[in-house]
Amino acid sequence: MSVTVSPKRLRSEFVRKVKELSGENIQLCYQCGMCSGVCPAAPDMDLSPRQVIELARLGMQEEITESKTAWICATCLACTVNCPRGFDLSKLMEAIRLLTLRKNVDHVRPEQIPPEERDDIPQIAMVSGLRKFTG
Amino acid sequence: MSLAYYPGCTLKTKAKNLEEPAIASLEVLGFKLEEIARWNCCGAVHSLADDDLIHQVAPVRNLIRAREQGKNELVTLCSFCFNTLKRANLLMKANAEKRNTINSFMDEEINYSGEVRVVHLLEVLRDEIGWEALAQKVKFPLRGLKVATYYGCTLLRPREVAIDSVENPIILHELVDALGATPVDFPESTRCCGSYQIIRDPGTISAYAWNILSSALSHGAEALVLSCPLCDYDLGQGQKELVKRRDEFKGMPLFYFTQLLALALGLEPQVCHFELNYGNPESLLREKNLLP
Amino acid sequence: MSAKAKKKSPTATKVKKEKEVPEVKPEVELIPVYVMGKRYEVPEGLTLMKAMEYAGYKFIRGCGCRGGTCGACGTVYRKPGNYKLQVALACQKTVEPDMHMAQIPFFPANRAQYEFAELTSAPEEVFKLYPELFRCVACNACTKACPQGIEVMDASSALKQGNIAEAALLSFECIQCGLCTSRCFGELAQYHMFQLARRIYGARILPRAEHLAEMIKAINEGKYDDILDELKHVKKDELQKLYQEREGEPVTAGEDWKTKDKTYL
Repeated sequence: MSVTVSPKRLRSEFVRKVKELSGENIQLCYQCGMCSGVCPAAPDMDLSPRQVIELARLGMQEEITESKTAWICATCLACTVNCPRGFDLSKLMEAIRLLTLRKNVDHVRPEQIPPEERDDIPQIAMVSGLRKFTG
Repeated sequence: MSLAYYPGCTLKTKAKNLEEPAIASLEVLGFKLEEIARWNCCGAVHSLADDDLIHQVAPVRNLIRAREQGKNELVTLCSFCFNTLKRANLLMKANAEKRNTINSFMDEEINYSGEVRVVHLLEVLRDEIGWEALAQKVKFPLRGLKVATYYGCTLLRPREVAIDSVENPIILHELVDALGATPVDFPESTRCCGSYQIIRDPGTISAYAWNILSSALSHGAEALVLSCPLCDYDLGQGQKELVKRRDEFKGMPLFYFTQLLALALGLEPQVCHFELNYGNPESLLREKNLLP
Repeated sequence: MSAKAKKKSPTATKVKKEKEVPEVKPEVELIPVYVMGKRYEVPEGLTLMKAMEYAGYKFIRGCGCRGGTCGACGTVYRKPGNYKLQVALACQKTVEPDMHMAQIPFFPANRAQYEFAELTSAPEEVFKLYPELFRCVACNACTKACPQGIEVMDASSALKQGNIAEAALLSFECIQCGLCTSRCFGELAQYHMFQLARRIYGARILPRAEHLAEMIKAINEGKYDDILDELKHVKKDELQKLYQEREGEPVTAGEDWKTKDKTYL
């Protein structure tokens, strides 16, 4: 695909918001692909972790928020500890999720988890899941 | 010697098989795990948003409880709780502005600035008891049990909370060794089990589980040892699916490290609550003659 | 101007004067309060509810027992210069100068539908019916909002830990006013969850009084039928005599006191 890189895109509200929420310097990435290599969920992702950073830098808001990548991420931090530039990609993923969640749009509704599963699921799974998928 | 202890919600119901053998084993080793009073759920995950302070309140409140009860160290069994409490603690130590805001929000509590040290039981075993001393207390070495040492994420990542080397951890290897069993290292020992994804899409968890369990199997393991109730649940549920779908896979018994500890110290198997385990560990133990 | 005691001048002639209406100095101070932002002057010493009625409000909602137990009159208020939000029951709390108050007679809260007879005492019952319980972040806003001084966060925490008994006991004083839910960050309906916990505790966990069960059994088996029959046919004055001369337990009796007549023991 072709993308026009313009100052408007690079300095968009989306890029500013993502930097603010993550607290990370998104310019650090040099696209080595280490994160995609170590990510256990990468095979199921439509956009790889490496692609997500690049698109975030370019202000490609729709592609990122429509992708399922941030929702498949399990926050395992393999990317974070392996990044040669010390960029914390887990925080970028969280920022992407929050852009949706903070608009009061939940990704998972607790009542939609089947009752027989709710019988079995340990508290640790419910608490962590609802933290990541509800606002 | 008394150790201030933070159980976490899951250990009180679903993960009795992690907590009870721990309490019993530590008594034999001369320690008493004493639950801090009035603790609340730690929140399970560390909030990663830079401006989010409300989600730090839950873990910090527990650290405050420890502090106001005169404790300077807090021991956890659940790896997820360990990770969240430690990360919140580091934040309170390092960031003055956030610390002040959180303290002034919790105006009904004492001020806190990271005075309590958060440790995982594995660290206590390694650093305060020591492997040699532990090996000497072993009455019933678990000879012939080939156990894959599975760390998961939360004990080792991010680097600032890691209880061992991030790339090549050996702490579980050393524990299993001290207990007389055979530790099995395998490449996927620090690969994520899928974590909270089980509530969004349980179907994906079996793929995560297969990556881990097949690697352990192919390296000669007949069981897996772990420390986190969520890993236990994910690998347990995941392997139920895998046993259905893959003829050659018969399941793999999952142990908590505290259960192996209790067995090796010669405690009664009832304290381990094996009935709550996945993968039928009792039949493996019987086969190996490791049940008294 | 106070009513002056009229002194009769000996030399004054009796002049018919207009009847002076004595001006009553109010013995009660009027203080300013603000109800939903509008200022009123009300007598001090009134409850918030009576003060609002004095100001002209007529309660058709947000008012119930007027005795501090029904939970209808949950009210929030602030004092100038203080960011702290405070809560009270309008029927119990006395007005203070410059209170800025508003009532929250009702707050929409999720209440699960269930057949109680089908529930066991397992904590999973609560987890299934109220999965939003896991959204609690232990912010303590609920505890701060409780007019009954209940440790609401601790009770939610107990529920999360699977301890229904603890949650039931901690929430004993709950009057279902709903203020906790109105402030909850995680959008939990604490008072509904606690009511479920108390119901489960009472019906499934609390031990039964064995001596009561035994007594009922004895009655049903007819142990007291004869004496009751006898008493039914006794004349009134004889009955009174029997009653007055009955063997009563002395005030200072110990645990092991027993009647001399052991027929019915």
